[in-house]
Amino acid sequence: MKQGTMRVKTGLAEMLKGGVIMDVTTPEQAKIAEKAGACAVMALERVPADIRAAGGVARMADPTIIKKIMEVVSIPVMAKARIGHFVEARILEALGVDYIDESEVLTPADDRFHIDKRGFTVPFVCGCRNLGEALRRIAEGAAMIRTKGEPGTGNVVEAVRHCRQVMDEIRMLCALPEDEVPNFVKECGAPLEAALATRKKGRLPVVNFAAGGIATPADAAIMMHLGCDGVFVGSGIFKSADPAKRARAIVQAVTNYKDYATLAEISRDLGEAMPGMEIANIAPAERMQDRGW
Amino acid sequence: MANVCAGVLALQGAFREHAAALRRLGVKIRELRALRDIDGIDLLVIPGGESTTIGKLLLEGQMLDPLRERIEMGMPVYGSCAGLILLCREIEDSDQPRLGVLDATVRRNAFGRQVDSFEAALDIAELGAKPFPAVFIRAPFLTKIGLGVQVLAKANGQAVAVRQKNILATSFHPELTADSRMHRYFLDMCK
Repeated sequence: MKQGTMRVKTGLAEMLKGGVIMDVTTPEQAKIAEKAGACAVMALERVPADIRAAGGVARMADPTIIKKIMEVVSIPVMAKARIGHFVEARILEALGVDYIDESEVLTPADDRFHIDKRGFTVPFVCGCRNLGEALRRIAEGAAMIRTKGEPGTGNVVEAVRHCRQVMDEIRMLCALPEDEVPNFVKECGAPLEAALATRKKGRLPVVNFAAGGIATPADAAIMMHLGCDGVFVGSGIFKSADPAKRARAIVQAVTNYKDYATLAEISRDLGEAMPGMEIANIAPAERMQDRGW
Repeated sequence: MANVCAGVLALQGAFREHAAALRRLGVKIRELRALRDIDGIDLLVIPGGESTTIGKLLLEGQMLDPLRERIEMGMPVYGSCAGLILLCREIEDSDQPRLGVLDATVRRNAFGRQVDSFEAALDIAELGAKPFPAVFIRAPFLTKIGLGVQVLAKANGQAVAVRQKNILATSFHPELTADSRMHRYFLDMCK
């Protein structure tokens, strides 16, 4: 019997595909998310929009909050550790969370290195803006990838940009003659081994979700069309007027992303979406997507 | 099996892997996302995923009754992990929507959380002498089993693969490995 194998770690991500992972900050929100059909929840102290508003240093959530959420739902519970903070990650592993998000939403703890994720039993998901970033995280042991987008903005443009960038670079990598691959990976900052695995499969070697700015069922569906395997919704649900209804609609949208009549039906009467932010109005130092190396 | 149309429930979860495993064995696939996709399928596969999510989408899509009817009429069905849960009559501590056609009681996440997920080589007599590479992910097991249910495999003493006439269910995920014996066994049930 073997535990913590790459197959078991990537396997849980495979099971989450076609699903919605929702940020929650209380047991009550976790129950609402589960009832709405979330395939997992992300246990947090604050959603990204509130982290952005609060400023200062954002850290791993209080274990009490995470434990309470783990107690009330039967679906997988994820939690966030700071980039490079392997002790926060060990604490989350000891709590028994099902996935760790090494996340740019929190303030990085290491300005050069991410966590060496290979020695952990718990699997990790990491953010990316391009293929090089995705494959560096995979080489460090990430079992799942997500686009970064720009968290807490309710603006999907960055998630779309990052997803298109990754997909474009995969298409390029797959079309290159073999002798040009080493230079291509040098230019995009991708480790060769992970790049070769990607080339062989014709896609990332692990599951890839969308994240960062998804606020509506249509936002979720466009990310599925662009080739994502599922979506994370952070502030988009519990910062909207009717979280339960919006959560249900986004779950439906991810399953029925090609069925426009159904999308039209489920997009009706959802109440106000979360207030959005124009990316250009965010000071460069406050852009979460630039965190990570 | 060239004329057979396999329906793979594609509401959420690892349906792509089941479809690929069946295609490798020469079976035509249809992904089921809505009620209108059901007509004309000869057999059904319910993949792993999140059973509460899939059950809710089955209910909202009004697919539970028509699928249950077909299974009760003898349509072969195979469920892995979440699929097994959705097939069971009783689910411990849960009132989640289900097909409920398998005379058994299931405990969800019975082996523990993700950190307890594991791989094991299982002896399954029906699949031959070579042990089967079984991947268990937050896996369930069966705690009570009806008289008409045959246990095909056990892990840590718990029933993790069963058959009841036209119904096959496993706690583990053959679709995540290259070993096609479990899918072949299911297709042999369909002859």
